[in-house]
Amino acid sequence: MSVLDKAQLPAGAAVLGGAWVRERRKAPRRRRAWVAGILGAAVAGLFFANVLLGSYTVTVPDFLRLMGGAEIPGASFIVMENKLPQALLGLLAGASFGVAGAIFQAMLRNPLASPDIIGISYGASAAAVAAIVVFGARGAGVSLAAMGGALVVAVLITWLARGRGGTGLILVGIGAAAFLQAAVTFLLSRADTGNARDVMVWLSGSLAPANWQRVAFLAAALLVLLPLAGPGARQLRGLALGADTAAGLGFNVPRARLLLTLLGVLLAALPTAAAGPIAFVAFLSGPIARRLNNGAPSLAVAALVGAGIVLAGNLAAVNAIPRVSLPVGVVTGALGAPFLLWLLISSNRSNQGG
Amino acid sequence: MGAPALTPPLGIATPVPSAVPLPPAAGVLGRPGRGFFAVRQLAWLLALAAALAAAVLMSLAFGARTVPLPIVFDALAHFEPANGDHAVVASRLVRTVAGLVVGASLGLAGTSMQGVARNPLADPGILGVNAGASLAVVAGIFFFGAAGVSSYLWFAFAGSAVAAVVVYGVASLGRSGATPVKLALAGAAAAAGMGSLMSAMLVTSQDSLELFRTWQVGALAGKSWDAVGAVLPFVTIGAVILLATGRLLNTLALGDDMARGLGHRPGPGRAVSAVGIVLLCGSATALAGPIGFIGLVVPHLLRGLVGPDYRWLLPLSLLAAPAILLTADVAGRVVLLPGEVPAGILAALIGAPVFIAVVRRGRRAEL
Repeated sequence: MSVLDKAQLPAGAAVLGGAWVRERRKAPRRRRAWVAGILGAAVAGLFFANVLLGSYTVTVPDFLRLMGGAEIPGASFIVMENKLPQALLGLLAGASFGVAGAIFQAMLRNPLASPDIIGISYGASAAAVAAIVVFGARGAGVSLAAMGGALVVAVLITWLARGRGGTGLILVGIGAAAFLQAAVTFLLSRADTGNARDVMVWLSGSLAPANWQRVAFLAAALLVLLPLAGPGARQLRGLALGADTAAGLGFNVPRARLLLTLLGVLLAALPTAAAGPIAFVAFLSGPIARRLNNGAPSLAVAALVGAGIVLAGNLAAVNAIPRVSLPVGVVTGALGAPFLLWLLISSNRSNQGG
Repeated sequence: MGAPALTPPLGIATPVPSAVPLPPAAGVLGRPGRGFFAVRQLAWLLALAAALAAAVLMSLAFGARTVPLPIVFDALAHFEPANGDHAVVASRLVRTVAGLVVGASLGLAGTSMQGVARNPLADPGILGVNAGASLAVVAGIFFFGAAGVSSYLWFAFAGSAVAAVVVYGVASLGRSGATPVKLALAGAAAAAGMGSLMSAMLVTSQDSLELFRTWQVGALAGKSWDAVGAVLPFVTIGAVILLATGRLLNTLALGDDMARGLGHRPGPGRAVSAVGIVLLCGSATALAGPIGFIGLVVPHLLRGLVGPDYRWLLPLSLLAAPAILLTADVAGRVVLLPGEVPAGILAALIGAPVFIAVVRRGRRAEL
């Protein structure tokens, strides 16, 4: 009788030990590999659908020739200056939002504690809009302002909600979000009309203003930050057990919290500066990734889910109504809200608010 | 004078212990002596009336061009269309009356919401009721070519009713009922989703964007007497309904079982209040666009002044809320001359920190 045969007899499995246990312990990792592989394929498919389909369809051979450096009149401009940067921006922004959301949700142990709900994304928005409208900033200045704004808001709401638990933080965050929204609207109404249109498009979260400069900036920043998510994930698994347990297991809880918060804030602020606060992407990615991953949080899966949401949303937003191209944030906002309501309905935990 | 009319058992029960989920009330409640309460409440009634009168006069006098008070009185007494100052006062009069109507509606609706939902964070803005009204108005403009406040009204009523039912319904499902955090989240989610749908309509119709931009931020400027007149009957009906529910809200604060025991019917009572709230929120939004946080701030302020009795809170909110909104409007006129900050934005800038303060004051178990 081989080991494998015994493994199929769960009743006697406990005594058989060894190989069976090893096999079982590998299962989650294998499932994650499967999920990541399938999601990666889906994201790749959505990416190429964004680049190739739409009001101007590009054939695959043409696309390959373009990538090879050939010049095709018409297609060259549309793909190289318009569709490809937009799709890349969507991919990067979605992944970044996804990781940021998953970090906050796992760290605060509440699916509602994502940066777009607790006001951190609005902090980035308000600072970026102020930089655009008041100081006439462009490019990197806007990104720096967004990061600064998000950090300030994160520090402020953490300080205001100290000792009030997760629900207190969420409520304070909702208040902060309302305040910052009013501030943004105020700045909007102060802007001259040309600026106001830009800001309006940007505020709803749109890939339309994408250009290579923004893509390169975001890509460079993510190249630095995303590798940090690896060690971050280890700390997160500890913190997900609760602060006391994590401390008992030897985690340095305050330091882990500080570093993870910093990482999450930056990952939420950078794509906000590049593409605007695309509603609910950070909020949706974590829970969906967790569900796909059999209940275990995974930052990599969350990144793929986030990228998939933005790319699918953009595909729908651009092509849903003929001749009208909606901002992607409109689609994610309209779909994310029912999901949040459903999450509220389906949770039965008292006092968790979620 | 309401307080002495309390029946003995309720009179004893009024200084409720910690069971009442309205934390700001707790500090005021413990003091005995009913007569003292009545004197204090009457004093605040007069003070608030004076504050409202002052706000009205400020609203008539201040702005891009300041009109001295004697000329304001002169213009009100014998109006001369040829006089420039008089014309300014006349245009500010419409705006002031609009502010009175909108402020009173939002204050009364917010106070009533907090009582009906037994929730210190309830507010027409936070619960998404104003967002529902605005989405319906934009949909009315977009699909049916609605124009003018009298046609906005019906869309606003429908929208705020649907939003109120959905948000409150979603939040009260589940074991723990409509907790503040669930209500606030359901409201924020509904507002965000409806905002997305609204921008979908606005992006596809550029012409209405500019018009919408000024309406959305909750401005009192640029209203006509016709518009104010169109909402006035509905505001009056809603206000009468809600003012009559003071005693009901007082008993609801003790819990549904206690309310039933005292002879009230919580279900129908809530439904009647909801009708009044929808009338007031829909009217205010149709007239001035969504203005949040006035309904949140006013009841908390008043509880600090006169205690938790809704028979005082409801009528006093009719004085305090317009006073605050008009002050915000006047401040918005002068803070960034020659431009103006719409009252709705200032209300949110002042109100959001109050919201956070309320959250911080509440004990964790209550949230």
